[in-house]
Amino acid sequence: MLNKYPLWKTLMVLFIVAFGALYALPNLYPEDPAVQVSGLRGVEANAATLESVKNGLTADNISFSSIVLESGQLLVRFSDTEQQLRARDLLEESLGDKFSVALNLTPATPAWLASVGGTPMKLGLDLSGGVSFLMEVNMSEAIVKAQEALVDDFRTDLRGEKIRYRSVKKANDSINVQFRNVEDLTAAHDFLKKRYRDFLMTENTDNLTLSAKMTDQKLKEVREYALQQNITIIRNRVNELGVSEPLVQRQGQKHIIIELPGVQDTAKAKEILNATATIEFRLVDTDGDLSAALNGRIPASSKLLYERDGTPVLLKKRVMLTGDHIVDAGSSFDEYSRPQVNISLDSAGGGKMSNGTKSNIGKPMATVFIEYKPTDRKDAEGNTIFEKIEEVISVATIQARLGKTFRITGAGSQSEAHNLALLLRAGALVAPIQIVEERTVGPTLGAENVQLGFQAILMGFGLVFIFMIIYYRAFGVVANLALGANLVLIIGVMSLIPGATLTLPGMAGIVLTVGMAVDANVLIFERIREEMRDGKSVQQSIHQGYDAAFSTIIDANITTLIAALILYAIGTGPIKGFAITLSIGILTSMFTAVVGTRTIVNIVWGGKRLDKLSI
Amino acid sequence: MQILQVKETIAFMSYRKGALIFSILLMLASVFSLATNKLNFGLDFTGGTLIEVGFEKAADLNKIRAVMDNSGYPDAVVQLYGSSRDVVIRLAEREGLNVEMLGNEVLSALQKGTGQKMEMRRIEFVGGSVGDELAEQGGLAMLTALICILVYVAFRFEWRFALGSVFALFHDVLLTLGLFSVLKLEFDLTVLAAILAVIGYSLNDTIVVSDRIRENFRKLREGGPADVINISLTQTLSRTFITSITTLLVLAALFFRGGELIHGFATALLFGVFVGTYSSIYVASSVALAFGISKEDLIPEVIDKEGADQEEMTP
Repeated sequence: MLNKYPLWKTLMVLFIVAFGALYALPNLYPEDPAVQVSGLRGVEANAATLESVKNGLTADNISFSSIVLESGQLLVRFSDTEQQLRARDLLEESLGDKFSVALNLTPATPAWLASVGGTPMKLGLDLSGGVSFLMEVNMSEAIVKAQEALVDDFRTDLRGEKIRYRSVKKANDSINVQFRNVEDLTAAHDFLKKRYRDFLMTENTDNLTLSAKMTDQKLKEVREYALQQNITIIRNRVNELGVSEPLVQRQGQKHIIIELPGVQDTAKAKEILNATATIEFRLVDTDGDLSAALNGRIPASSKLLYERDGTPVLLKKRVMLTGDHIVDAGSSFDEYSRPQVNISLDSAGGGKMSNGTKSNIGKPMATVFIEYKPTDRKDAEGNTIFEKIEEVISVATIQARLGKTFRITGAGSQSEAHNLALLLRAGALVAPIQIVEERTVGPTLGAENVQLGFQAILMGFGLVFIFMIIYYRAFGVVANLALGANLVLIIGVMSLIPGATLTLPGMAGIVLTVGMAVDANVLIFERIREEMRDGKSVQQSIHQGYDAAFSTIIDANITTLIAALILYAIGTGPIKGFAITLSIGILTSMFTAVVGTRTIVNIVWGGKRLDKLSI
Repeated sequence: MQILQVKETIAFMSYRKGALIFSILLMLASVFSLATNKLNFGLDFTGGTLIEVGFEKAADLNKIRAVMDNSGYPDAVVQLYGSSRDVVIRLAEREGLNVEMLGNEVLSALQKGTGQKMEMRRIEFVGGSVGDELAEQGGLAMLTALICILVYVAFRFEWRFALGSVFALFHDVLLTLGLFSVLKLEFDLTVLAAILAVIGYSLNDTIVVSDRIRENFRKLREGGPADVINISLTQTLSRTFITSITTLLVLAALFFRGGELIHGFATALLFGVFVGTYSSIYVASSVALAFGISKEDLIPEVIDKEGADQEEMTP
C-alpha cells in the first residue's frame, strides 16, 4: 500500500529518537558543587584517604551529600557552595602537597543514567569560564640541541674507534668533521655510516671533511619527540594546578593547547607552566648514620632527602649525573618480567656515569626529582619566589659499571616504571616553549553567554515553529515535531561524543541548523503541493514529493557538510564547536526531516482515501 | 497558505544582462573597498592583547584613557563594548615586553587608577605569528572548500554547473567581505566561520536549483536552455523564498539576542543569505547558461556495449 511503513521501520525511528532523548536527558539535571581530590606524582587516593577525608569533614561539621572513590580520585559532593569552599580549605591543609584539591561542578546525573554512559555535554571555555593557552614549541632550538648532543657523540665514537680527527663542529644544519688525511676520512665515513643510519653523510676529499645531515625522517622524529616531551611535562604540571578536567592536547605540528576550566588566576597558571624540573643521580651514603641524621646530625658530605612515602634516605652531596644528559627514557620488562626503566645518556653523560659507577658496584644509587614550584610569596622586587622541591623517586643497586645506556629496576609496578620514565624524560633536554595565545573568560561572561545562546535558540525555534504552522498547517506541525526531535538528537549526540564541546558559536550553529533543517521539509512539502496542482491523487503526491525531493536534499546537505568538515579541520576552540554542531545538525536533520516526518505522515495520512490535504 | 502563487513562468533569464552588470559593479566595489579600506582584522589575525572589563556603573572612558596613558600604554585603544558599563581595551603587540603578563598588569593598573569596582570579563592575547598563520590557514580553508565543492558538484552534475556554483560562491564571499570592508566591521574568526557557513547555505540553494534544471532538461521536450532554466527557477522560487525566510528568522534571533560576541557572525550570515539567494538564481544559472549548458549534456549517456566490444577486438 502506498505511504505505509512496515512496523519495524516505524519502531526503528521511534527507537533512534528515544535513544537520542535518553542521552540528551543528563543535560536536564543541575550540577552539584563538589571537591575533587586527586593524588600527585603517582600517588593515588585510596580507602584510607577516603576514611581520613570523611573523618576530617565530620569533625569540622561540614555536611556532604556523598563521597566516592573512583579510579584513584575522591569526589565529595555538597549541597551548597559554602560547604564546598570550607571543605576545600580544610582538605588542602590536611592532605598536604601529595594531593591536589580542586573545586568542581559535578553533574547530578542519576545513577541509572550514568550506568548506561549518560553524561551531560561539555561546555567550552567561552561558556564555562576559564583560561586557554596555546603554547609553541621552539623547534629550531630543539634541533640545535639534538645536534649539539651529537657533536659529543661523534667525538666519543671516533675516539673509541681510534680514528684521528682534527675537529667536530656544528654548522647550520649539519655536523662537520675535519680529518687530517683521506684514510681517516674514509674509515670514519664507513664507521659512522653504519652507526648513524638516520644521517646523510657526504664526503669531501678536497678539504677532508665529512658532513652529516639529519634525514628528513630524523628531523621529523626530533620535532615529534620535542612536542611529545613538552606535552608530557605540561600534563604533569597541569595536574598540580588542581583544576578539574583540564585539557592538554597537541595541535598541528608545533603547538600545544591547554584548557583550564574555571581558572581565573592566570598569573599563577602561567608560572606553573613555565616552571622547570630536573633529575639528579646521587649515591646513597651507606656509611652515614641515618638515625643520627634524622635527629639533625647530618654528615657534612651528605644530604637528607625523603622518598614519596616519607622514607628518609641519606645521600652523598656530590651529584653523580644531572638530568640534562638524559637523551631518552622508556619503560619495559627485564628477563624476569620485572618492570624496568631504560635510560639513554649523551656521550658526556655516559662518561660521567661510567666513571661514577665503576668503583661503586653493589652500592645503592638514588634518583632525585627536583622541581621549582612557584609559591605565594614574592621577593623585594615583586618576583615570585620559587621553592625547590627535591624528592627521591627510586633507590636501586648498581649491578655493573654503567655506560651510555643503562636500566633501573626496582622502581615498583609497571605503571610506576612508566611514570618514572616520563619523569626522567621530563627532566631531560627540553625544547623551550612559549605562550603564543591566551584567552581568559570570566565566570560572569561565561554565564551570560550561556543565557544569550539559550535565548537565541529558543527564539529561533519559536519563530520557525510559528511560521511553519501558519504556512503548512498540519504538515507544519509534523515539520515542527521533526525539528524538536532534531534538537533532541543533536544534544544527545553531542553528549555521547567524548570530544564534542558546546561553545557559543556552537550554539549559533544549532540555531542555524534549525533554519536550514526546515529546508528539507520545505522542499518536500512544496513538491507535494506541486504534484497536487498537477492533478495527482493525494497519496501519489505524497509519495512523489518525498521521492523527488530526496536526492536534492542529499546533494544539498553533503556540500554543506564538506564546508563544515573543512571548518572543523582548520578551526580551534569555539570555531571547532561551531563546525561540530553544524555537522551533527546536518546529519540528524536529514534523518528527522526525511525519515522522521515520513513516519508521522504515513501514520496519520498514509493509505487512506483523501481528497484534500492540510498542507 | 501561499505567499507566492506563481501561475506563469517568470522570464528570469531575460534580465540576466542587467543582473550581470549589477553583480559586476558590486564585485568591483568590493574589490575596490578591500584594496583601499582593507579588512578591519580582529585580534585573532593581527595579534595583540584585548581586555574586556565590566564596571559597576557607567564607565568613564576619558578617565580610563588617562589611566592607560599614565601606566605606560599610550597606544591603548579604549572603547565601549555592547553596553555603557563594558569597556574593551586593545593593545598592539609590542616587542621585548612580557606580553604574557600584560593583561594582568593592565587590570591592576585600572583597578588602582579608577578606584571603581570592576571585574575581568575576558582577556585575550594572541601572538603575531599565530595571527599570520591563522590568516594563511583561513585563506587556505576557503580555497580547499571551494575546490572540494567544485569536484563534488562536477561529479554529481556537470562541470558547467560546478563552475556556475563555484562562481556564485566566489561572488557571495567577495560581496560579504566587501560589506565588512565598507562598513569597517571587525573581521575575526567567528566571521570567517560565518563566511564558510554562507558558502554552505548558498551552495544548498544553488544545488536545489541545479537539481531542478537537470530534472527539467530530462523531462521537458520543448523549449531552449533559457526556457528550461526559467521554468525551473519559477518552480523552485517558492521554496527558495520560504527557506530564506526561515533562515533569516533564526538569524534575526541570533542578531538581536545572541550578544555582542556573535554579532559579527550574525551580520555576515544575514547578508550572506541575501546574496546567496540572489546568486543561486542569477549567478549560478547564468554562468551555466553562458558556458552553453544544453539538453544533451544532462541526458544520461547510453553506452552501446556491443559496439564497444567490437572496437576493441578489431586490431
